[in-house]
Amino acid sequence: MNDLYTNFLREISLTNDWLLLLPEIILALFAFALLGVDLFLKSSKKLWQERYIMPVAVLAYVLVLGLFFLFENNFYIENASHFGGLMEQTDANQFMRSFFVVASLFVTLISGQFLSKKQLPKAEYLHLVLLSCAGFMLLVQCSHFISLFVCLELVTVAFYVLVAFQRTKVLSLEAGLKYLTLGGLSSAFLLFGIVLLYGISGNPEMIGFINDGFQFQSLQSFIDLNSDNLIVRLGALFVLAGICFKIGLVPFQIWVPDVYQGAPTPTTSFLAVASKAAGIFLLIQLLQGPFFALDSFLIPILSVLCVLTILFGNISATGQTNIKRLIGLSGISHAGYLLLGIIASYTVSGAIFAILFYLSLYLIGSFLVFASLSYIESKDDSLLEIKDYQGLYKRNPLVGVASLLGIASLAGVPPLGGFIAKVLLFTVAFQAGLYGLLAVAIVGVVISIYYYFSLIRSIILISEDNNVGSIHSITLSTSQRCLLIILIGVISLAGLFPALLNYFVQ
Amino acid sequence: MMYSHLLFSTIWVPFICGLVFLVLVKDVKTLGARLLGFSGATLPFIFAWILYFNYDSNLANGYNFELILPTGLESLGVYLHLGLNGISLPLFILSATVGLSAIAYALFSNAERLNLYVGLLFIMFSGLMGTFASVDLFFFYFFHEFALIPTFIMIMIWGGVARHAIALEMTIYLTLGALLSLMGLIALYQQSGAEAFNMIALKTALLEQPISDVLQDNIFALFLFGFGILVSLFPFHTWAPKGYGAAPTGAAMLHAGVLKKFGLYGLLQIAIPFLPSGSETWGIWLLLLGLGNILVIGLVTLAQKDLKQMIGYSSVMHMGYAFIGLGTFSILGAGGVLLLLVAHGLSVALLFLLSTCIYKRFSTFNMNEMGGLGQIAPNLSVFFALAILASIGLPGFANFWGEFVIFAALAESESTRWVLYFAALGIIISAVYGLRAVGNIVFGAAKESVVNAKASYGIGDMNQIEKFSATVLLGSLLLIGVYPKVFSDYSNKTLQNLYSDTSISLNGGHVDGLNLEEQKEHE
Repeated sequence: MNDLYTNFLREISLTNDWLLLLPEIILALFAFALLGVDLFLKSSKKLWQERYIMPVAVLAYVLVLGLFFLFENNFYIENASHFGGLMEQTDANQFMRSFFVVASLFVTLISGQFLSKKQLPKAEYLHLVLLSCAGFMLLVQCSHFISLFVCLELVTVAFYVLVAFQRTKVLSLEAGLKYLTLGGLSSAFLLFGIVLLYGISGNPEMIGFINDGFQFQSLQSFIDLNSDNLIVRLGALFVLAGICFKIGLVPFQIWVPDVYQGAPTPTTSFLAVASKAAGIFLLIQLLQGPFFALDSFLIPILSVLCVLTILFGNISATGQTNIKRLIGLSGISHAGYLLLGIIASYTVSGAIFAILFYLSLYLIGSFLVFASLSYIESKDDSLLEIKDYQGLYKRNPLVGVASLLGIASLAGVPPLGGFIAKVLLFTVAFQAGLYGLLAVAIVGVVISIYYYFSLIRSIILISEDNNVGSIHSITLSTSQRCLLIILIGVISLAGLFPALLNYFVQ
Repeated sequence: MMYSHLLFSTIWVPFICGLVFLVLVKDVKTLGARLLGFSGATLPFIFAWILYFNYDSNLANGYNFELILPTGLESLGVYLHLGLNGISLPLFILSATVGLSAIAYALFSNAERLNLYVGLLFIMFSGLMGTFASVDLFFFYFFHEFALIPTFIMIMIWGGVARHAIALEMTIYLTLGALLSLMGLIALYQQSGAEAFNMIALKTALLEQPISDVLQDNIFALFLFGFGILVSLFPFHTWAPKGYGAAPTGAAMLHAGVLKKFGLYGLLQIAIPFLPSGSETWGIWLLLLGLGNILVIGLVTLAQKDLKQMIGYSSVMHMGYAFIGLGTFSILGAGGVLLLLVAHGLSVALLFLLSTCIYKRFSTFNMNEMGGLGQIAPNLSVFFALAILASIGLPGFANFWGEFVIFAALAESESTRWVLYFAALGIIISAVYGLRAVGNIVFGAAKESVVNAKASYGIGDMNQIEKFSATVLLGSLLLIGVYPKVFSDYSNKTLQNLYSDTSISLNGGHVDGLNLEEQKEHE
């Protein structure tokens, strides 16, 4: 055992290349710097919080994004294993790294106004967002169950706090509690599955038993030989169940509406986009990696989950009038469409590209919706109803157009990016021959038109009994206006000229 | 090359105009805005006719003015590939004509937020031009949706009574139809193994290796019901009359006149030539459901009292002729369908335009409360009577040729002759409701409302812009009615190429084609 341990340490010291993780390290340093400055400032604290803290946080993301663009090759060695097999870098997870930086950047931008309006401490919030961004970036590069679990917990624990951040609000606390219990439960599932797999793969009685049952590659070689074993299957199921909780696939979706509703709007957007994307990406990595040999066992289960998720998400959203719950439920159905792509990825090589493309457009569409949602003046963002959208176009044309385009893109309306993404995804599903699932997805899209339509309707229209004068207009600062205009530009360009995003995704 | 860019500019000129109206123009009633709007609508019309006169029907693959631009989706075989053949050319000119008429009329209308209205009409117009100019199937669908979305928004904002519910119903129906046909297109593309997602590559691939019969049946079903819903095929038609009833004039003209033809164009250009065995299986459904459109909806139309609803239903009914024409699977039938599509597009747009003019005078759409229009507004009455006669199918108007050729194609084959007996009843039905409407509205004693309108608001006979818009449409109807060769020669050639190559000639191998000269002599 001791020998094994020293070998392991030696291997780590040979392969650990901290420079590769420089972006994550920078984010973490900034995170602690934010807290530290906040702690030691006295007289100028107010000024710092009002004026400087946001730009510093934004600077961190911009710096990291800049590093990615300028010196990409320094943080990436193609298909190589690092830190003694703890992490592995591929083209796809490099894309996801910048994806999370962009997502966290948007969350930070949205949260600025929100936090000052609700008089919430900024430093802690931004600190947690920075940390969980670093966590997400590490998470997608994991190729070892221990590092995976640690990164996942880093993110999840940060989210427990982010969800319950409005301590004075009952709904936020309730959401925090629900997320904590169910998140804890899902971590337990995950851990249990990992342990089962580790135990069975290290059993000397098994064919091709291995020493390190945590490492994806060796686990894959073991599962290849023992794909019929009950415990292997059970372990894989538990691991997948733990991850499905994070994505919110049916039947693990129970927490989604409440938590989305109660959490502060920036957190909701972070949950909806980054957390979901991370879960989807982990699912791909596991299914294409260690669990690949279990395909005949897992594909039927995933197909059932896909059908349930698409139908549940869409049908339950039709009766919903609370905007944040509605977006949460519709997000469930988006996870269902993505699962369709994941199932297709077993046979079609282009599926991963389609999924990443869909995720990017989902990111932009969602942030358009969430950004405009957080700009709508309201006492309590958790209680926003569809009717509060009324006449949004009149109240502020830019916010109106932004949420209109965001919703339309989520609904898959051409010529916006969301349409191209849906076509791509459905095309790969078709190539994979998933006709039944495709039919369900089509039904889902048609149902979704109903509730997206009611949102669009209230943005454009003012009902007759409502006096236009009584709805006050919304004023935006220059930075908010820029954010919306950039997002609108990207989403229309992605639809009219998909080559643009193509360039990034590839 | 110059002409290909001219073709491309028919799409982006209205698009840019639309954006300018949406973003920059504040007041449409200024001279500059009107000038811009008018030239934005006229240019594509002129370009379309320039292209028409430079059309060469002897090109190898049948497509003129081809333009291929990269989009970034090359990995999927998607390019912005434009071009016109004998089937799309008439519809392309149809959409330029109706677009000109609808936008010219809208520029001088009194709608609220007129800049938004005109802007959306322009966006819709550019989508329509793009739909028929696309060789690439992705963009064929893309531009269709591009034109469809403004329709929903226009109904939501400027629609009539119960517009919210109607817009929702229409959205759900049309999205379902569009998605089904999109699936059909993707399925066809994947199964054929074509190199690019366009009609030329599909044809080459399918000629080399036809896909299996079962697959053909399934894909054709997707097309039949997907495109069918978009064209208001019989049991899926309920959105159409309501939608047109509620839609503002411009949207109704462009949608009923042009956009709805997308589905039939898809069946004509893609589904039937590329899926011969599938169309054989589903052919009987085309005939039966088409008859449903003619007879069932025909009787429903008889019962309408609301003028706009009546026009909406009659447009659904006339689509039935197109479906049974397709069901003959002969080149003659297909040529007839194409003529009917153009003719119907012009006449239904004209009727929607005139019904709004009539509404302005009577302040109601209820035909029982109308009467005596002839005394107050003789020009309008003449236009309306002519439009109704055209839609019934009076010789001299384009509709006549469409229906006549379809009937000839039906009579030609033993297996479809029975349909003719039923379909002919439709002529009587449409004559009954059409002439009754003319009688109710034009003749009789002048109602108080119309006299009042003239006395107090000065709305008497048609004004210049109403005359202009109506003349553009009526003139085109007459042109094709008197001289159908403007389109039939070109389309005949393309249809022969397309249908004989893929060896679809189910009814006794009739490939002689559509020779209207001969038909005329028979008259």
